[in-house]
Amino acid sequence: MNVSLILIILLVGAFATYLAGDKLASKVALLFSIASLGFSIVLLNQYNLGENINFINQWINQPNVSFALNADGLAIAMLLLTTALTPIIIYSSFGNEYKNAKSFYALILFMAFAMCGTFLAADGLLYYIFWELALIPIYFIALIWGNGDVEERKKAVVKFFIYTLAGSLFMLVAFIYLYQKAGSFLIQDLYNLNLTASEQLWIFLAFFLAYAIKIPIIPFHTWQANVYQKAPTVGTMLLSGIMLKMGLYSVIRWQLPIAPLAAKEYMYIFIGLGIAGVIYGSIVALRQRDLKKLLAYSSLAHVGLIAAGSYTLTIDGLRGAVLQMIAHGFVVVGLFFASEIIYRRYETRVIAEMGGIRSQAVKFASLFMILVLASVALPTTFNFVGEFTVLYSLSQINVWFAVLGGTTIILGAYYMLKMYQHVMLGETNAKPFADVTFNEATTLVIIVAVLFFFGMYPKPITDLITPSLENIITQINRIN
Amino acid sequence: MNTLIAIIGLGVLCLLFEIFEARKAIIPVTIIGLLAILGLDITDYANPQSYYNNMIIVSKFSAAFSGLFIILTIFLVTLAHKFYQNNQSKISDFIAIKIFLLAGAVAMVSFGNLAMYFLGIEVLSIALYILASSNRLSIKSNEAGLKYFLMGSFASGIILFGICLIYGAMGSFDVTEISELSRSAELPVWFPIGIVLVFIGMLFKIAAVPFHFWAPDVYEGSPALTTALMSTLAKVVAIATLYKLVTIMNADLSGNFQMMIVIVSMASMTVGNIMALRQVNVKRMLAFSGISHAGFMLMTLVSTANAAGTLLYYTSAYALAGIAAFSVILYVCKNNENEDITNFHGLGKTNPLLAAILTAALLSMAGIPIFSGFFAKLFLFNQTIQAGFIALVIVAVVNSIISVGYYFKLILAMYTKESNEVRTATPAVIYIVAVVSIVLNIALGLFPSMVLDLLA
Repeated sequence: MNVSLILIILLVGAFATYLAGDKLASKVALLFSIASLGFSIVLLNQYNLGENINFINQWINQPNVSFALNADGLAIAMLLLTTALTPIIIYSSFGNEYKNAKSFYALILFMAFAMCGTFLAADGLLYYIFWELALIPIYFIALIWGNGDVEERKKAVVKFFIYTLAGSLFMLVAFIYLYQKAGSFLIQDLYNLNLTASEQLWIFLAFFLAYAIKIPIIPFHTWQANVYQKAPTVGTMLLSGIMLKMGLYSVIRWQLPIAPLAAKEYMYIFIGLGIAGVIYGSIVALRQRDLKKLLAYSSLAHVGLIAAGSYTLTIDGLRGAVLQMIAHGFVVVGLFFASEIIYRRYETRVIAEMGGIRSQAVKFASLFMILVLASVALPTTFNFVGEFTVLYSLSQINVWFAVLGGTTIILGAYYMLKMYQHVMLGETNAKPFADVTFNEATTLVIIVAVLFFFGMYPKPITDLITPSLENIITQINRIN
Repeated sequence: MNTLIAIIGLGVLCLLFEIFEARKAIIPVTIIGLLAILGLDITDYANPQSYYNNMIIVSKFSAAFSGLFIILTIFLVTLAHKFYQNNQSKISDFIAIKIFLLAGAVAMVSFGNLAMYFLGIEVLSIALYILASSNRLSIKSNEAGLKYFLMGSFASGIILFGICLIYGAMGSFDVTEISELSRSAELPVWFPIGIVLVFIGMLFKIAAVPFHFWAPDVYEGSPALTTALMSTLAKVVAIATLYKLVTIMNADLSGNFQMMIVIVSMASMTVGNIMALRQVNVKRMLAFSGISHAGFMLMTLVSTANAAGTLLYYTSAYALAGIAAFSVILYVCKNNENEDITNFHGLGKTNPLLAAILTAALLSMAGIPIFSGFFAKLFLFNQTIQAGFIALVIVAVVNSIISVGYYFKLILAMYTKESNEVRTATPAVIYIVAVVSIVLNIALGLFPSMVLDLLA
């Protein structure tokens, strides 16, 4: 058995969902996404036993392109993140009614397919194709099933599409250039290239443009808040939970090992941009009146820290970044789902129009509280492990980076708790607020359980990712 | 050679069918005939040789491109079934002209003598002039035909002048002789001037900047099916012929000529894309998009070594996407006066399949994977970077981004606006053509080697 199985399940699932019709679509999609999760766990097991689960096959002769999927610990961790979050996201949407549900759920599975492909691809061109493919479903999900005024939504979504496409096309040019040098798109061949410092700089920048837009890193973040707000919550979860991790993962997998000289030379600039994102995101989040926008900016702050961690080029930085990617994936999905639960009852996302929910919905209030605390990296939650490791790695580079990056915890605590106070406590809103349904409760409990479990026992994940990250560090340091 | 004779025979047969009052059989017979001719073309591909003292040279290159032209003609003839529904009495003329046009196209890629090349281009052009003005009661169609004729014959004149100068320099019309002579160091000054004149004439035919002014008006005025033919078949024929001419004359070896191509190519894509952004008429928009694609296709000419496969792939991808897009346009604008974007409002709800196909076709043109348009651009960029023209690639990339703007305008109109009319049932042929062409397009994307290796 090899990793291509996951891709097949998700792709077949997308078609099956479409054919199942509107009534059954959500259930079929859930079934296939759970199947992909199940098989990912089986594959993880096989990987731990040392079996070969990679897949490679020649695809195009001239130029030389292979259909190569490579699963090391890091890729499997990201694969598991995707296949675990997809069923959660699909299950969480059971409380909503969607027009043309068959297309909706088929697009979700198709997107999961593309994202898994991005994490697994070991051939530059194949990777690029999956990377671009992931863009099409989210475009339609946000455009057709989004909320708010159509014209504004159109603007936000098209801006997002053109922005990301523009970035990635330069990455494509970089890949073609690398291909000319290496005669192959295979990642191992690209790692082995001896590039001059100036070549590395240009390639690094081309990659950076693609990733900085996707992640997003300041100053390429302007698409983000609007798209998060306009997209349906499922789309926002996919975007913030998994898709932006594609960018962060690619930094570690492709950008740093291929152009390490440039990464070292300009390290301070890129760490600085990440930290700037932390501070900027936190400050803007303070002033948001829309719950989803607030979460979007808080997300901007968190990913800024993750990016800064990756650019430290230390093993702690990379490890912390990956841990935090996974933790952030879960917590952000939980938080957006909480905002959706409120929206289902109040039909508003404006914080000022909410209030007094806690007295009516105790279960929801406690689950939401845990998510808020996890998001501000309370010890014993998964986010603490990731954030702490990243800050530690930053302090190794320059203690001021750690100090500035640490503001994410302080400011984060401030705006998240203030938000919680406005939304959940205080004056009761005129509308009644029913407590969570079974579906909503299960979704939130699963997320909270994951966050606590790995918060107290992160060893399985660190053990899984550390060997592959050490390989990458060796690659980065190969010239010296 | 057999291919060419068979095509002309089929054209004559179409005319005979009218005499014998068998108009209903014309389209089915033509399609079957074209499929048989495709078979002939495959045997031609297998044994290349030259005929009639090198008047016609059948090579892998000519056979592969002829195959593409025949496939495109099959699609266009199939679409004609519905398109000329109200014009049944003249159907044999319309179909016969299309078949003769194909004969001209095949002659243009398999010529072995410049006289044959000129014959081919005239057969093709005259057929196109007639088709452009074939809606004789519409003033716009008449205008399109006349405009195209005047501009086109002017271009033909320039080409002829160029051929004369080349003859004057080389003393021969035979391409093999010209090719060998052109490698010598001492070339008369008439030779490069002749090449430039022929080049200008062909730029007119492929509608590349600065010889593109006719395209939007003619595309808009012509009947939609003719526009489909012009933007797919005619453009592909012209660029393939230009490629063949450039390789024959070894023009790409000269630095000045390369510079000229780079400038024309950059100008074409940029002007085409920027003008397309402002269009509200879909036919005009596709005309400008075609101008920008001509710029992309010209990129293959900067280094013709091994570029034939890339060109074949690019043209196939572009033409198949074009056919798919135009079959949807034919359906949507069947009962409408114009082809404005407003007609496409709400197509996503009223006819999800055709909307999806049009979306796929536009995504392919924009160069989004997994559609073949992406691979076409990839191979093109790869080739051009290899030849050392990285600045040209950067301009092309920026243009790819701009092009998303107008392709998505149409997609947005289909999915976010409410429909303003009730749409009647779709004729089956449109579904067939649209689905088959887009499936072929995606198949090319999944297995690019299928086409690339034909001319490797």
